[in-house]
Amino acid sequence: MSARAEFSARASRQIMVFDGGYGTAIQAYKLSEADYRGALELTHDQKGNNDLLSITRPDVVEAIHMAYLDAGADMIETNTFSGTKISMADYGCEHLVRELNLESAKLARACCVAAEAKNGIRRFVAGSIGPTNKTLSLSPDVNDPGYREIDFDYLKDVYREQCDALIEGGVDFLLIETIFDTLNAKCAAMAAQEAAAASGRDVPLMISMTITDMAGRNLSGHTVEAFWGAIRHVKPLTVGLNCSFGADLLRPHLAALSKQADTLVMAYPNAGLPNDLAEYDELPETTAQLIGQWLDDGLVNIVGGCCGTTPAHIAAIAKAVEDRAPRRIPQAAIVTRLAGLEPFIMSA
Amino acid sequence: MTSSSARFVNIGERTNVTGSAKFKKLILAGDYEAAVEVARDQVENGAQIIDINMDEGLLDAHEAMTTFIKRIAAEPDIARVPLMIDSSKWSVIEAGLKCVSGKPIVNSISMKEGEEQFLYHARLCMAYGAAVVVMAFDETGQADTKERKVEICKRAYDLLTGIGFPPEDIIFDPNIFAVATGIEEHNNYGVDFIEALKELRILCPHAHYSGGLSNLSFSFRGNEPVRRAMHSIFLYHAIPAGLDMAIVNAGQLDIYDDIDPELRVACEDVILNSDPDATERLITLAEKYRGTDVAQEKAEAEWRGWEVKKRLEHALVKGIDAHIVDDTEEARLAIKSAGGRPIEVIEGPLMDGMNVVGDLFGSGKMFLPQVVKSARVMKKAVAHLFPYIEAEKEVGAKGKGKIIMATVKGDVHDIGKNIVGVVLQCNGFEIVDLGVMVPWSEILKAANENDADMIGLSGLITPSLDEMVTVAEEMQKAGMTMPLMIGGATTSKTHTALRIEPVYSGPVIHVLDASRAVGVAGTLVSDTMAEKFVADTREEYEHIRVARAGKTAKPLATLEEARANAFELDETLKPSAPRHPGVHAYDDWDLADLRKYIDWTPFFRAWELHGNYPDILTDPIVGESATNLFADAQAMLDKIVNEKWLRAKGVAGLWPCTRKGDDIIIHLDDESHVKLPFLRQQVAKREGRANMCLADFISPNGDWIGGFAVTSGHGIGTHLAEFKAHIDDYSDIMLKALADRLAEAFAERMHEHVRKDLWGYAPDEQFTMEALNREEYRGIRPAPGYPACPDHSLKPILFDLLDATHKTGITLTESFAMLPTAAVSGFYFGHPQSEYFGVARIGEDQVSEYAARRGVDMETATRWLRPNLNQ
Repeated sequence: MSARAEFSARASRQIMVFDGGYGTAIQAYKLSEADYRGALELTHDQKGNNDLLSITRPDVVEAIHMAYLDAGADMIETNTFSGTKISMADYGCEHLVRELNLESAKLARACCVAAEAKNGIRRFVAGSIGPTNKTLSLSPDVNDPGYREIDFDYLKDVYREQCDALIEGGVDFLLIETIFDTLNAKCAAMAAQEAAAASGRDVPLMISMTITDMAGRNLSGHTVEAFWGAIRHVKPLTVGLNCSFGADLLRPHLAALSKQADTLVMAYPNAGLPNDLAEYDELPETTAQLIGQWLDDGLVNIVGGCCGTTPAHIAAIAKAVEDRAPRRIPQAAIVTRLAGLEPFIMSA
Repeated sequence: MTSSSARFVNIGERTNVTGSAKFKKLILAGDYEAAVEVARDQVENGAQIIDINMDEGLLDAHEAMTTFIKRIAAEPDIARVPLMIDSSKWSVIEAGLKCVSGKPIVNSISMKEGEEQFLYHARLCMAYGAAVVVMAFDETGQADTKERKVEICKRAYDLLTGIGFPPEDIIFDPNIFAVATGIEEHNNYGVDFIEALKELRILCPHAHYSGGLSNLSFSFRGNEPVRRAMHSIFLYHAIPAGLDMAIVNAGQLDIYDDIDPELRVACEDVILNSDPDATERLITLAEKYRGTDVAQEKAEAEWRGWEVKKRLEHALVKGIDAHIVDDTEEARLAIKSAGGRPIEVIEGPLMDGMNVVGDLFGSGKMFLPQVVKSARVMKKAVAHLFPYIEAEKEVGAKGKGKIIMATVKGDVHDIGKNIVGVVLQCNGFEIVDLGVMVPWSEILKAANENDADMIGLSGLITPSLDEMVTVAEEMQKAGMTMPLMIGGATTSKTHTALRIEPVYSGPVIHVLDASRAVGVAGTLVSDTMAEKFVADTREEYEHIRVARAGKTAKPLATLEEARANAFELDETLKPSAPRHPGVHAYDDWDLADLRKYIDWTPFFRAWELHGNYPDILTDPIVGESATNLFADAQAMLDKIVNEKWLRAKGVAGLWPCTRKGDDIIIHLDDESHVKLPFLRQQVAKREGRANMCLADFISPNGDWIGGFAVTSGHGIGTHLAEFKAHIDDYSDIMLKALADRLAEAFAERMHEHVRKDLWGYAPDEQFTMEALNREEYRGIRPAPGYPACPDHSLKPILFDLLDATHKTGITLTESFAMLPTAAVSGFYFGHPQSEYFGVARIGEDQVSEYAARRGVDMETATRWLRPNLNQ
């Protein structure tokens, strides 16, 4: 069965579990710059270049993948959140983009095969595509609101390079996540669709917005409903929210999206808000209990964790969702859904 | 649907270099700053989508399009609406699409260069995520006749849906061409357009239709009155045929019924091509049209000679704010030179003055309207002192407590909430007012962030009751414990006890009116009294619940039994057919006329002065207060009328109909039907009393029904903003209360107009105002959301029938509250036996049947009808 068909079928019967945070998990290894750099000839300091570890310390990445799979994740993501030319420029690693995406995809795939061998349950790989640290919608110069650092065509090429390598490496889905700029996401989605078409494979998209203020908007100013209007044309397999804040504060916005979206909804919150030391200290039981409230309200089909969540959080979540009914996908009325920063619906 | 949905969409046309000389000049000069303001103006003036066009030979259109889109992306109050990217060059459109973050409309693509090119552009629109305007244009040229328009659009529709283009994202522009050009072949262009729409609407499901109106009147360039009339008349005929958006300057349209009849007939004949001499006639007539005007006023007395402390007290007690800033400043300087601090102005003379006010209010010698005025003066004084106090970083006198106040999500009414807020502030509470339509998440957030002592929720319409329950539930989920106060016209102790208190474990108190709010809030923050008060209230509510549970509710008749006991209509008394059926819109009803129809008793009630007008003016207790309030009201009314502060817009419609069971079926011109489902009483009735339903007043054998929506709220925003800027709660509340009264008066006046003229079944009736207020006339006008017709969700159906949002500018919130809030809508029943009644409690059987009749699920129906359900 195709990944799309099997994933959809399972998501209609049960709540699916996604993995948790990678940054915090990697930090726990207290790796040195030399660990990051490995045998590569590089000019910049590499400490903190997590995506590079898929090449230089695959054992670390593999251990984290396996920990999440063992905790009960049905799907894991590749270690490629910053795997674009734009983000890699910070480390002078633009030339490694293809390799690290390819290797990450293969590594995640191998972990899923190993996990399936243990208990016979098929696992899925989502190719992680982060937002980059550049934006198409905002000016970095307060004195010139019309200025942009990058343009659509350039960003599309950047995303295309990442998508091509992830698809070649064998991912099931492409996950455009932590979307703070809706136009970046539309650009990434276009690149992903073109990459999938060029590969001849069906590679469904997963779309995940992040909210940057308590009023429920992302950084480019879109409400979740407007965001859905702007992105619905790519017919994503899942749409949802990640990062932002903890599961409690995410709930009203998730509810608004869940009501509108005629597709699967996936959400993976942070482990609460960071404390004074910028650490996430929400206990796994707490996260699981808060996500339990989402289930009570029938808001989600796939849940996982983002910043600060650990395999223990995913295990607690997996336990909490067992035997719980998934959200029913609502049927959407045939109406014209336009969007500025706010949605605009024209009834037929 | 939320207020962001629409039936007829106005597309702003001023950010178009081909349509606006001013905009073109700004863009050519590279003055994007000012060009952005043009866009802002348009959105503020009601454009729901803005069209951007940079097709000008002297411009680099790519550069101008992308620069402008990026500039407005930085302006949230512009960027909130969708964009229409308008160019005849595809490359300019695509450059624009690469800068738009939402979902825009592309204007336009066509089959001009063949199918292949057409589909190539369409696929790109799909990939970028845009809806698209399709011009009726093919390889051989633009569609002019009806047949060509239909043929081309249908062909385009089939091609587009064939590649998976969503039909709802297709907007056809079947070409509006100039008429009255003197060339005979052009005479039928208006008719061709309208007739094509009617046919296309059936052939192309889910598609939309748009057009550029200004072409139509091209022959009358320079003669704005004639152009406006032509555009309005064209829309009048094209919208019912299916036109659902147009590029138009909304401010430059007239209301059909307001157009000079002579001009109207002449324009109509041109547009509908009903007279071969029509063009000649209109050209002759056009010459006599061109014209405009405005108004203003101010005085003062002897107390100005008193010492400053005395002046402050006088100003506070009398509510005079004219000199308060100067006097406060004088007091501040005096205290400063004596070595004192600015806070002492508040703690000293101002608080002394407010104590006098408090004493007078407490002993019943001052009334709410005066206290609100006093508070206005106090707030202004404090606002003046605030920067000085801040500068010294003093710790101000700690207030009694901090209260979060909000009108809940879906509701827009705030007169009561504002009054309560003012009264509480006068009594030393700090109020964080979150405004109207506040979602629960913001209420909870504000409570946490402000470390509030309690929350006060307000609402007027029945769906707000449910929302209050939601807020309470969420407070519980959030583990909050602070007290929750419930107030507002539809709230009650019973509802609070039965539905709100059980879901929240903190104290929940229903507050009957503003005068109780201080006592309740004061007790809740008191160390000594709170515990007992909360316990007593809990016990009282528990008692209400027990009593309610113990009282086995009176049995209900089954729906079948109730129907068997329906009211029997006397067919012989059926009103005659209306003189003027159809929908009639009034764009600017004379406020001076409406003023005469005001029912004043409810106005005094809004200010918590109880008694009937005019006796209340001479009442021994509240008489003086009422008289002063009445004088202030009259003074403001003078300004409202003379300076046109408000604009009264209304629409009334009369339609043929039949009754079918408890539904009324309205027959529209185009042979379509609209169903109005009504509810029937099921409470057991005495012998000889019917189980009523509004449908009973309509004959199954053919009859008539009417509907209306009126508002007097347009224009209120600017004045409220001004009052707010001047910290003037008194005027704010006064204006809102008067606008409400004018809306009710408008409903009364419109009903009379319907009885005497539009329907005309009582052409000669003569009633005094008092008799009108006592509803002595024949026929009724029940409103959705009120006892005879308790389901608020009928409003969207009524609004659609009347095209009310377009004609009057009234929109509905998700809970079906009307905006502006000074608005009334309802149905007209003309049968002399028709009367008001309350549907009251209904059974599950009716709810499930009603759900089926409305085509909604049980859950939705239950939510709508909750106030009428068995508890």
